[in-house]
Amino acid sequence: MASSRPRARSAEVDSASAREGAPGRRPGFAVGHGSRWVLAAAALAALAAAAQAGPRYGLGRPATQAEIAAWDIDIDRDGRKLPPGSGSVAQGRTLFAAQCAGCHGAKGEGGSGERLVGGQGSLASGKPLKTVGSFWPYAPTLFDYIRRAMPLNAPQSLTSEEVYAVSAYVLNLNGLVPDDTVLDAAALAAVRMPNRDGFRPDPRPDVPLRARPE
Amino acid sequence: MSDARTDRDGLASPQRRHVLGRGLALVGGAVVGNAAAEKAAAESAAAPPDVPEWMKAPGADVGSEPYGSPSRFERDLIRNIPKSLPQYTSASSRTPLQDLDGIITPNGLFYERHHGGIPEIDPDRHRLMIHGLVERPLILTMAEIRRFPSESQIYFLECSGNPGFEAMTGRTASDLVGLVSCAEWTGVRLRTVLEEAGLKPEARWVVAEGADAAAMTRSIPLAKCLDDAMLVYSQNGERLRPQQGYPLRVLLPGFEGNMSVKWLRRLNVTAEPAHSREETSKYTDLMPDGTARQFTFMMEAKSIITRPSGTQRIARGFNEITGIAWSGRGRIAQVEVSVDDGQSWTVAQLQAPVLTRALTRFRLPWTWEGAPTTILSRATDETGYVQPHFAELTAVRGVKSFYHNNAIIPWRITASGEVTNGFLKA
Ligand code: HEC
Repeated sequence: MASSRPRARSAEVDSASAREGAPGRRPGFAVGHGSRWVLAAAALAALAAAAQAGPRYGLGRPATQAEIAAWDIDIDRDGRKLPPGSGSVAQGRTLFAAQCAGCHGAKGEGGSGERLVGGQGSLASGKPLKTVGSFWPYAPTLFDYIRRAMPLNAPQSLTSEEVYAVSAYVLNLNGLVPDDTVLDAAALAAVRMPNRDGFRPDPRPDVPLRARPE
Repeated sequence: MSDARTDRDGLASPQRRHVLGRGLALVGGAVVGNAAAEKAAAESAAAPPDVPEWMKAPGADVGSEPYGSPSRFERDLIRNIPKSLPQYTSASSRTPLQDLDGIITPNGLFYERHHGGIPEIDPDRHRLMIHGLVERPLILTMAEIRRFPSESQIYFLECSGNPGFEAMTGRTASDLVGLVSCAEWTGVRLRTVLEEAGLKPEARWVVAEGADAAAMTRSIPLAKCLDDAMLVYSQNGERLRPQQGYPLRVLLPGFEGNMSVKWLRRLNVTAEPAHSREETSKYTDLMPDGTARQFTFMMEAKSIITRPSGTQRIARGFNEITGIAWSGRGRIAQVEVSVDDGQSWTVAQLQAPVLTRALTRFRLPWTWEGAPTTILSRATDETGYVQPHFAELTAVRGVKSFYHNNAIIPWRITASGEVTNGFLKA
């Protein structure tokens, strides 16, 4: 049984070693220096191997590919899982006015919902403004989030075409795609966000340690 | 779902919602008292020679409350709900830490943070899907999940922004760090369930998704999933409350609360993290140079004195100082208390049990002579990590990183015994 196998002690892993060999890995994102996370890729592989050979209680039933496809709405940062369909900035403008502007403002300037526009170049200033345009590293995440969570009062109600359109409009408001843009899977994945290389792994503990008191 | 309806009423006036909420509680209870009479009764002590009236007639019948609730004299002990937010769908409420004892948070007072409101889920209709880099993609019912070998563990849960670096202005302990609570959780090791599906060698992350209106999505490193991570269905002995993810949630001991995805419906085993909105736009820590730290999961060691604390008033003479300490990295090794604004420190007593990644209660007997001062507590965990001062944190991270503020909390005590937030100007 599970208890007879050695247990992982303080099994923590940094994003860099976890991503070793992962497809689509980009240099400059997770370099792993200074990380205190202790589990090496090899140890993790051993753990995963143990989990493959684990006991089976015979619980649950197989999920079919159709069932998985019906529920799986995860889009990765490279946009490889973006669905078919397309939408234009112009369509997005109309849809945004009808379904988003009430909370996010006519031009995405914010209201009861967050500000979606502006702030580029402000992140290192005393008044950083984090928005889709200034802070988000990957454009496909916009599709993922709007599809799963927006509009706040009716999530998962938009078609793929509508999500592409409104994503195109939010990117357009941020000056990241031109007015005549039509976004589909390939076009959205190709949008380079200004803050793409702005993220670093966790270096904590990062505050100088005092000597441990008696 | 009356909770949701009260919440929506509260949009216009959170103040009214409190009143409404209490009214409902009373209707459920046995007694609806006359306010003036209650007050008079509270003011006349049931002291000798009088024999109190509650001894002169039988009390309420056994079972008069099928699901018990606190004494009506404790009805002010409620969640700390922020007033006048623009919306209450994606918001939080805090645990009233200063009015609680021990280390276990009552289920009704556990802090809340929801991003798409609180769903009302029929457990018989709920399903958990496990797919991605697994040998056998699975769909499990709640009945099946409860058939796996189970375990119970006491762990704290803390929101990563508790409080934001620019939100140190609260009056009470709850205002400052009320987004932490602690419970005994029962469920199955996540590892056991992943083993049932069988991991493929390329598996490195598990992307968890909630069945709420936010379809909350967070990526969990596989090593955590194979260590102490749990799938939880019960909290403090009863089924999870809707606010805590009923009927099923993830519980990642020591990691920021948002990752312990509530209303869990899907586990997608992947080679890479999802880079979802909640791990890029949010829950990342902006540094002064404009870069942001991502995947900052660990909740570092922290403590707060809950008594005496902000808005309370102490009398001269004996006062017990007590509070809570916790660390995402393991056990609390030591808590020190200073009653002279950090010039000297005294080791406090730790109340057993001292459990890994759980709240730990500390106490220090103290006699206050009446001089104005500031009292502080600082925790050290078993890795030797010492809770920092706010200035030590901001020297490294600036004040714009929002999340993971575990600074020492100062309480100022005036000559009259009033206790106030030491971060604010006197
Ligand atoms: C009822 C109000 C409401 C409506 C309507 C609404 N939103 Fe939102 N939106 C919000 C709130 C509130 C948040 C923040 C949610 C959170 O943080 O949990 C948000 C967050 C977002 C974000 C993330 C911002 C960031 O920087 O992280 C995006 C993008 C977004 N909305 C797009 C849209 C789009 C597109 C629509 C229309 C299809 C829409 N919203 C409609 C209230 C709304």
